[in-house]
Amino acid sequence: MAVRTYLQAITDGLHEAMLEDERVFVMGEDVGAFGGAFKVTAGLQEEFGPERVRDTPIAEAGIIGAAVGAAIAGLRPVCEMQFSDFVACGFDQLVNVAGKMHYRLGLAVPMVLRLPSGGGFAGGPFHSQNPEAWFMHAPGLKVLAPSTPEDAKGLLAAAIADPNPVVFMEHKHLYRRIKGEVPDGSYETPFTARVARPGTDLTVIAYGAMVHAATAAADEVEGASIEVLDLRSLAPLDEEAILVSVGKTSKVLVVDEANRTCAAGAEVASLIADRGFELLDGPVRRLATPDVPIPFSPPLEEAVIPTSSRIAEACRELLDY
Amino acid sequence: MTKGNGRESDLLTLEDRRGLLRAMCLMRGVEERGLSLYKQGKIPGSFYDGHGMEAISVGATWALGAGDAVCSPLIRDLGAHLVRGTDLTDVFRHYMGRENALSHGREGNVHFGDRRLGVVGMVSMLPDMMVVATGIAMAFKMRSEERCALSFFGDGATSRGDWHEAMNWAALYRLPAVFVLENNQFAYSTPTSKQFAEDPIKRAAAYGMEGVSVDGNDVTAVFEATRAGREKALAGGGPTLIEARTLRMHGHGAHDDASYISAEMLEHWRRRDPIERLASRFADDEVAALEAEVKAAIDRAVEGALATPMPDPAGATASVYCSGVPEVLGEGAAPWSGFATPDALPAAA
Repeated sequence: MAVRTYLQAITDGLHEAMLEDERVFVMGEDVGAFGGAFKVTAGLQEEFGPERVRDTPIAEAGIIGAAVGAAIAGLRPVCEMQFSDFVACGFDQLVNVAGKMHYRLGLAVPMVLRLPSGGGFAGGPFHSQNPEAWFMHAPGLKVLAPSTPEDAKGLLAAAIADPNPVVFMEHKHLYRRIKGEVPDGSYETPFTARVARPGTDLTVIAYGAMVHAATAAADEVEGASIEVLDLRSLAPLDEEAILVSVGKTSKVLVVDEANRTCAAGAEVASLIADRGFELLDGPVRRLATPDVPIPFSPPLEEAVIPTSSRIAEACRELLDY
Repeated sequence: MTKGNGRESDLLTLEDRRGLLRAMCLMRGVEERGLSLYKQGKIPGSFYDGHGMEAISVGATWALGAGDAVCSPLIRDLGAHLVRGTDLTDVFRHYMGRENALSHGREGNVHFGDRRLGVVGMVSMLPDMMVVATGIAMAFKMRSEERCALSFFGDGATSRGDWHEAMNWAALYRLPAVFVLENNQFAYSTPTSKQFAEDPIKRAAAYGMEGVSVDGNDVTAVFEATRAGREKALAGGGPTLIEARTLRMHGHGAHDDASYISAEMLEHWRRRDPIERLASRFADDEVAALEAEVKAAIDRAVEGALATPMPDPAGATASVYCSGVPEVLGEGAAPWSGFATPDALPAAA
């Protein structure tokens, strides 16, 4: 075990996958010689060469479509969108071509698309988005959203080993801020939820950066035992883990950093309403970013992205219900 | 740009020409039968054909080696599937939405591809698969394999951004890809005069690749241009853009009467029918025997397809994800005699 940042853990995961499997290669804009906009791929081209760590033209549809082709030809591409917002430019290749391929033709598309996502640092409307729900709604894709360095490395390894197209949401605001113990060597983390903080009175369900905000909020609320469930995987969604936690606490707050309408949390709330109604002792509450583009100026951004204090406030209200 | 040569390929034996004629007749026969089954209500959804365009998919695919990939044959390119060896009964089962090995009823019309034969099925958004073909070619090159990727698209596809991304990407990395632009003069109802200001074949040079225009109704010209493009690609010379000039002789689909195409235009191209052109080089009784053999093969396939049950509705939600070890693209039929007996053929001019 070693203490690594969330970013270093992803780099380690890429490095180990490339060492272990010669089919694995990395491509994206500025990922080679420059090491990527966030330096996630720093050092990889020096070690593995420009064929396996490929700088591409600025062409998101090209990157995703070429990855589909390389995957069906037997390679294991791991692509980076420089910012998750830019995946919109390659949406068709991901949703229509990659996602539907196995169902339509029996042809597997083992590829990973890394999407540096999320706000919290004045990135503005095109560098702060959380587009994971777009892909939860697209059949054939898997969607992962780790919150810790240990899970980031293990989920990345599992994503690369998976025979399907996997969208890997890595939260930019966790890259250097979050550190943690990371096991040495390679390991795969299952696509299931984990209890990030055990509790008995209320469950906060979150993923990505919101897991940390929720944990801080749980620490802040006095006189109650709050559980934080980290989803880790959004598609597939760990329905049983969600229902187990609801059964334990009977009160649920679902938090999304993404825009509210049809967010991952909406699916979670719907699941609980459908299958967990008898377990509840209060309404399923949601806290999410309102349906606005993420504004640039810090006070505006802070006004829309859920904070630990707003999560704590929502917890208190629900505990009093 | 090399202007259409239309010259005879001296790399085709008599047996090759017979094979080309058979494949074109088979494509036309399958589509004519398909259209009739569609009108009888035995094929649900819609039906599309490539009547008059048989030379393009057949000629281009004839030039491929077994390990090459076709990504993808489009709705006018049934011939590519047939040349690669796709099971005829499965083609009809697929059209009819019956249980079949190609799509299990999850796809329709010409949206199929037998991965075991190195064929990737198309999607409706064109030219998406050209980008995917670029990725396949990239994988071939990264592994130093002597294989190339062949991609088809129409004149309308050249207006989309993906087309640019694929052209630029393939040329930049000098990938082993051959791009076949089927200029049939209409994208659904939109004529090329409303699609682009300048013929897209001229763009090839700007991307840094060779562009070749050929008579799309001359199967040997299409074969020869593709063969040369493939050879160049495998030698590290990068991709080639081939424009096959033709006319879509039927509507976009069976639902479209194509009233926007003039009778004069249709007549002009009907006189250049690719099957008649090649058939005229064979004795009448030989052509008649070939047509009878093709018809019998189609009869058998249709009979087999009609006897096949519809898919089990319980399977509608299956196989969205792959749960095993991914299969990679397999090898298809490579009927060109030049692969079997390379020394018997004269060197390319």
